[in-house]
Amino acid sequence: MFLDYYNLSPLLMQIHAFLCSVMPEWLALTLEGLVVGVFILVMYAVLAIILIYMERKVCAAFQCRIGPNRVGGKGGLLQVPADVLKILTKEIISLKHSDHFLYALAPFLVILASILTFSCLPWNKGGEILHMNIGIFFVLAASSIGVLGILLAGWSSNSKYTLIGAVRSGAMIISYELSIGLSVLTMVVMSGAMDIQTIVEGQANGWNIFKGHIPAIMAFIIYLIAGNAEANRGPFDLAEAEQELTAGYHTEYSGMHFGFFYLAEYLNLFITAGIATTLFLGGWMPLHIAGLDGLNMVMDYIPGFVWFIGKTFFIVFLLMWIRWTFPRLRIDQVLTLEWKYLMPLSLVVLLLMTVCKVFGLTF
Amino acid sequence: MNISLQEIVFYIVGACIIACSILAVTTGKILRAATYLLFVLLGTGAIYGILGYTFLSAVQLMVYAGGIVVLYVFSILLTQSDKNMKYKINRAKLISVLLTIVIGAALVLFLVMTNGFALNLIPQGVELPVENIGHALIGTGKYQFVLPFEVVSVLLLACMIGAILIARKQK
Repeated sequence: MFLDYYNLSPLLMQIHAFLCSVMPEWLALTLEGLVVGVFILVMYAVLAIILIYMERKVCAAFQCRIGPNRVGGKGGLLQVPADVLKILTKEIISLKHSDHFLYALAPFLVILASILTFSCLPWNKGGEILHMNIGIFFVLAASSIGVLGILLAGWSSNSKYTLIGAVRSGAMIISYELSIGLSVLTMVVMSGAMDIQTIVEGQANGWNIFKGHIPAIMAFIIYLIAGNAEANRGPFDLAEAEQELTAGYHTEYSGMHFGFFYLAEYLNLFITAGIATTLFLGGWMPLHIAGLDGLNMVMDYIPGFVWFIGKTFFIVFLLMWIRWTFPRLRIDQVLTLEWKYLMPLSLVVLLLMTVCKVFGLTF
Repeated sequence: MNISLQEIVFYIVGACIIACSILAVTTGKILRAATYLLFVLLGTGAIYGILGYTFLSAVQLMVYAGGIVVLYVFSILLTQSDKNMKYKINRAKLISVLLTIVIGAALVLFLVMTNGFALNLIPQGVELPVENIGHALIGTGKYQFVLPFEVVSVLLLACMIGAILIARKQK
């Protein structure tokens, strides 16, 4: 097969065999688990820094500003690392008359859900971290824990603003999970598999968004809208409605506790984009145009993870574009949009896709 | 001693489940109880994962952790039932509780002793293919469950209609 020279699994198998030859298997497995865990956390932090820098630059461009431009040379490249150092040294305040255990736990629940879904992304051929035959369903399931962290954060801060903010954000996230689930289900019907690697490999002869034509494009748009809401961003950033809720559910958090919410927001953005890449834009599959064999050959020489990260950042850019273009919705508008328009539409798209699939109308 | 890595993980998860179950019923605050319940459900999901039944593990996460517990927390937040729940237990109640525990433990022990564990029923380290689960869920043959599946959907429909009736504004 044409993609095999970037397949990671033979290399990983060799490393595993080597480790097993010098130490017992359980020790090898534990060590590998530790290394992979550290790798996930490092990727998580590095991506967050890149995304925050990108957000500030994109936002500035849309508002005809320059953005960070002082710290670290002309582009302000060291602005975000400096901010990270600052937030690491900030005091973590504790509140009177609040449940300290739940207050401290809530950010970790949010970050747990985010890391679990993060480790399901298909980085490369043979480069998946959590691999199961129900992959995409696990992603949906794990991401549904995050809302609990938000609710607990709002309640345990012992403040009216955070409680209202948490109930609003929670209601929004639970509602938009329906649309996300239905549009993912549409693509599962399309590719006939829930395994993330199988979904990606099924797109070797064309990305799903081209193979599934009308229903796939509609599902893509629904997914982007609902994904923006799931990540608490874009026109759905109710938590940031300063004039009514101060800062929503994370008003009372400081230092790294707030940092966790912030980190999770940006990584959820990346995960949303990554899952969209996997489902619609072919994951790590290179772009092929039928008939142009020379071009296809060149595309094949670009490694899979470059394709995956490139496409994901393209969708991240789309989502930022949405965020900085549309005004914020009110809570009733948010819920109306979901329950009266988006969810019925995604049911129709699911039906349409099933009909197309049954009558062989997809490519 | 010959313990596999799987067994070690199982015992750790099991210990967490037991600890959180006890905490869930002994804690004084209702929202903390819901949180400990969440950990118990996450642990159960992890055990399904160890068994290789990842579908049930994800269903456990989705339905219980992401659905039921969220529902509990939401209703606790909306009803403001934020009182301390340290009730005094009188003697009659205590005796009946102890009796129930003893009878329950005896029943479980009896079942385990008489039947034993089905040790090699599930192949270790192999995932159950999701096609088999799908065919079993909506097939009509022997050991296939289309009728319960449909009955449950009727039940859910009834719940939804009931909820809409209750929540509807009076004219």
